[in-house]
Amino acid sequence: MTTLSPVRPEGERPMGFADRLLSLPFVQRSDALRSFILGAWLGWQIESNWADPLLFAVYSFARPIASVMILVVMYSVITDGATQQPIFAYIYLGNALYIIVGGVLGGISWAVIDDREHYRTAKQLYTSPLVGYAYLCGRGAARLLIGAISTIIVTVFGVLLFGIPITIGSIDLPFLIASIMLGLTSLSGLGLIIGAISFQLGRNAWQAGELISGALYLFTGALFPLDILPPVLREIGLIFPATYWLEAMRRALLGTNMIGFPTFAALDNTAIAFILLIMSVGLWVSAAFVYRWSMRQAREKGVIDLETNY
Amino acid sequence: MSSTPLAIETHDVRRIYKIRGGKRKGEAKTLIALDGVSLEVPRGELFGLLGPNGAGKTTLIKILATLLLPSSGTAKVDGLDVTTQTQEVRRRISMVSGGETSGFGLLTVEENLWMFARFYGLDNKTIKSRLAEMMQMVGIYDRRSTKISDLSTGLRQKMNFIRGFISDPSVVFLDEPTLGLDVTAARDVRGFVKDWMAQNPDRTLLLTTHYMAEADELCDRLAIIDRGKTLICDTPENLKRRLQSETIFHLKIQPLRKPTSPENVVEAVPGVRSVTIADQTDFSELRLSLQGEEALPAVLSHLSGRGSGLLSLEKREPTLEDVFIQLVGRRLDEDTNLNGTGEER
Ligand SMILES: Nc1ncnc2c1ncn2[C@@H]1O[C@H](COP(=O)(O)OP(=O)(O)OP(=O)(O)O)[C@@H](O)[C@H]1O
Ligand SMILES: [Mg+2]
Repeated sequence: MTTLSPVRPEGERPMGFADRLLSLPFVQRSDALRSFILGAWLGWQIESNWADPLLFAVYSFARPIASVMILVVMYSVITDGATQQPIFAYIYLGNALYIIVGGVLGGISWAVIDDREHYRTAKQLYTSPLVGYAYLCGRGAARLLIGAISTIIVTVFGVLLFGIPITIGSIDLPFLIASIMLGLTSLSGLGLIIGAISFQLGRNAWQAGELISGALYLFTGALFPLDILPPVLREIGLIFPATYWLEAMRRALLGTNMIGFPTFAALDNTAIAFILLIMSVGLWVSAAFVYRWSMRQAREKGVIDLETNY
Repeated sequence: MSSTPLAIETHDVRRIYKIRGGKRKGEAKTLIALDGVSLEVPRGELFGLLGPNGAGKTTLIKILATLLLPSSGTAKVDGLDVTTQTQEVRRRISMVSGGETSGFGLLTVEENLWMFARFYGLDNKTIKSRLAEMMQMVGIYDRRSTKISDLSTGLRQKMNFIRGFISDPSVVFLDEPTLGLDVTAARDVRGFVKDWMAQNPDRTLLLTTHYMAEADELCDRLAIIDRGKTLICDTPENLKRRLQSETIFHLKIQPLRKPTSPENVVEAVPGVRSVTIADQTDFSELRLSLQGEEALPAVLSHLSGRGSGLLSLEKREPTLEDVFIQLVGRRLDEDTNLNGTGEER
């Protein structure tokens, strides 16, 4: 996965798999598909480019587990060890899944600033026929992959150690697949909007995606059911797709073990999926407009290849 | 293609930059970087842009390469409007800036070039053969598996240079391609450019440079631009021929003590058209443009009258540099940016 020496041995071509995908005739003809695959390939090279594989493992696995452990400890102290309560599984899963939210939102907008300010390759990229939004989604996909691995590890950890009640029988597979797809579509739409706006901003936008996902963390039901919040603040969560996605994923994984928390008790699975679908469409349509607008603005102001000087 | 459209065509292109951080608050400062540039470059031409710092060369290239919108006027590449037909233009062009040492440092040379070739939709076989050939031509083939972050700046520049040609673009923009390269590397780059142009008569290349000799050697035609305006556009031969009526001398003299500028002093001598001077540590270099040789003795006696001895004297054929000085009124290495506005990058 990572190379320690700067020189790769002859014959070892890390682009092998991507190369095969890119050689498919329909991929070769589509600017967007090529851009997505190359973005993902490049993103993976960047994300997994740790000089020390141990550090990579710590960052990707140990850190998320540690942060969930903090929650577990806090929860246990407050509730006197009541990890059998349904609220425990609710919080635990919410946090495991939120790693993905941060990954998708952050990955896309990070790539914009990373290319421009760190690698200083924006000029090279945006004079080639790459399709910007597809490329950025690809970069986000690499981050997503690492986030997803963390989420899976943290979840398995929770099932084995804390008895989070996920079993073969509790998983609603069709709903799980639908939730994952709808969640990723809506979140990437939002990520693209943040990424597109980042083109207008300087280096300060470096963490825009992380900041936004961090700021919304409290309002999405990752940490506690929305009902605890005053009604005004609750609304913030209700316009954010992650809120519905977390709910959908919990239901899909926990099945009947998921005791309906009052927030969405009135909505059945189909209704939740439908809301996510509407949000996906709305966000992608908006993203298309915002992206076009932002690229035009950037060309007008001459900031596509902006490098912030300090 | 029968009715060949021009490879590059600009019509009255203007570009105005808004300058941030004006002295007083609320004051919107602007800078006119291009002030009505019209150019026509037919297919197959190697076209040069010459101009002092801040003349607007990079701005024009960025507009043609779709990074920047013109404030007014139209610009077309291969008959396509750069403002509206962006994606189509990008398929056909490439742009490389000299001194461009950036890149995805964690990728190897080969991976980076492979990725860009793939953005253009090239297939594996083409990429492999083209890459190997081009890397050999500029001499980085044996470094193909080295990570970019471990390359010297010159080698990175060579890699970026190849990136500009890997997609077999129909129009290439090179912004000071030999900037910062050593003599041999610069010669490799110029050789590459010439070979590439010779291989296919439909290829077009626009380059900017600060080296007169480079422009003279490479360009079929060139435009001299200053303060956002094109002053002239012709073949290097025709440009030099304009100066046939002039006689040009290069003088080395002992430094002048200056109460007044030596240029003014010499310019007052009858028969002297223009003078530029470059002060070195222990002598001054004078470039004299005279109406005829008969004006020389007066200049020499003038100089010795001012206590400055002659060290050497040379009569010269007019060069592009002389053309430039005649048109722009100063040497290429003197700055346009008198208004002291923002730096590029
Ligand atoms: N992003 C920008 N914002 C404001 N002014 C700019 C910007 N880019 C360039 N300029 C100004 O526009 C003018 C033209 O700049 P440009 O970079 O096109 O010149 P150039 O001919 O390429 O010069 P050089 O030979 O130094 O590369 C200069 O005065 C420059 O300061
Ligand atoms: Mg320039």
